[in-house]
Amino acid sequence: MKKGLNIRIIPKLDIKGPNLVKGIHLEGLRVLGKPEDFARHYYQMGADELIYIDVVASLYNRNSLHEIISRTAKEIFIPMTVGGGLRTIDDIKSVLRAGADKVSLNTAAIKNPDIIKEAATIFGSSTITIAIEAIKQPTGEYLAYTDNGREFTGIEVLGWAKRAESLGAGEILLTSIDREGTGKGYDLELVKRIASAVSIPVIACGGAGTLEHIHEVIEKSEADAVAIASMLHYDFVTKNQSSSEYTGEGNTEFLKRKTEIFGKINNIDLNTIKKYLFHHGIPCRYKEIALFP
Amino acid sequence: MKVAIVDYKLSNLFSVQHACEYVGMTAEITSSPEKVLNADGVILPGVGAFADAMKNLENFGLLEAIKTFIKSGKPFMGICLGLQLLFSESEEFGTHRGLDIIPGKVVKFPLKNHQAQITKIPQIGWNSINKPHSSPDIWDHTPLTEIKEGELMYFVHSYYVLPEHNKHILTLTTYDGTTYASGILRENVVAFQFHPEKSGPDGVSIYRHWAKNI
Repeated sequence: MKKGLNIRIIPKLDIKGPNLVKGIHLEGLRVLGKPEDFARHYYQMGADELIYIDVVASLYNRNSLHEIISRTAKEIFIPMTVGGGLRTIDDIKSVLRAGADKVSLNTAAIKNPDIIKEAATIFGSSTITIAIEAIKQPTGEYLAYTDNGREFTGIEVLGWAKRAESLGAGEILLTSIDREGTGKGYDLELVKRIASAVSIPVIACGGAGTLEHIHEVIEKSEADAVAIASMLHYDFVTKNQSSSEYTGEGNTEFLKRKTEIFGKINNIDLNTIKKYLFHHGIPCRYKEIALFP
Repeated sequence: MKVAIVDYKLSNLFSVQHACEYVGMTAEITSSPEKVLNADGVILPGVGAFADAMKNLENFGLLEAIKTFIKSGKPFMGICLGLQLLFSESEEFGTHRGLDIIPGKVVKFPLKNHQAQITKIPQIGWNSINKPHSSPDIWDHTPLTEIKEGELMYFVHSYYVLPEHNKHILTLTTYDGTTYASGILRENVVAFQFHPEKSGPDGVSIYRHWAKNI
């Protein structure tokens, strides 16, 4: 386990247009509701940061992402990272101006690694997160992908993580595409390998389905933070009555039925997760009173 | 209740403005010395390099405006680099003069801790703030009045301050074996190394209580 600062627990919100979405292996996206409602709830439940990823990342959607960020920045006072389709220094500037504290880069950095250096020089290393989407190959090797695991790059993950660090990245958001949305647990081997090899913080992402999964990845690797999506989103959807009346664009069938339970994913709220970790010796920002005022 | 947030073109000031507005203050982001002088309260935020910040403040004519405002006795709050700029000098990339409101200097975290392990710099994340042992009541009647001993706040920094006088220390924080002043109070001037506007509801309460003096 990492010695030092408190382990950060970070809800990850995948955004498509005006909606919060979630899928398995980032395919077959389900609409879950309004991102603002989830963000506010997580803030009140003690989230240490938030990550927003625009999973479609096409330019015509960009305005709704900006609106979501600027609306939430007015009432949520924790660091917010925004990523998905940011290509240029101007793209970065515009999400920072909308209220983001950090940006997450994937495709742009793979196509042009020097953008990491340029962005770190202009905005500071602590503002630049590199998102790495890893898929394990039959050979046991991990390769980096882009576009939510759809585009093969052939780049080996460990080397890429080290290079990103040397170019000035401040943090790595490490997602296992194999585990993403499955609830089978984090890819421990992947997280261990990367987090022990770089000295910048690593956020483990993809696969959380139970409290034990979260505890395990913190205890057995040197991850500085964990990102969680499905467990928290399904918990909120289940408890939030009004979400079944949600009529956003896209696939909202799941919300109407809501009965569909995933065997592998336990719906658990953020405060319960932190309580569990705290009582199992993991230093984290936990308060006994469930709700912040 | 008009607050001027000093803009010297180095940082993202929206979260500071949002926090002010959230607790009911009217806050304007400005580079104008006149607006600083006429404000009811002033916030000096900032991330980035010390020398660049001092140079920009000087170029905008803000150095004198800030010093004059502080002499007026009206509430002034420094955040992150804004705390460091209040000090006499900094050793970030050479030695540079600061605003010299708080006697003392700005130094870098040691590269290695007491066990000779490499210290991760910058410090990024949640760390606790504590009262100096000699003054258990020091947070009463300050913006920290609602904060509990050991509360966690959000930090991002590579340098920290060494005040000459212990009486100016409002909070202490320990990072990888180094204990340092993470909060400063001298009369109408309060300053924090952490970001209250990024520290959740507890951080917001610091803005709320600071606003009460305006």
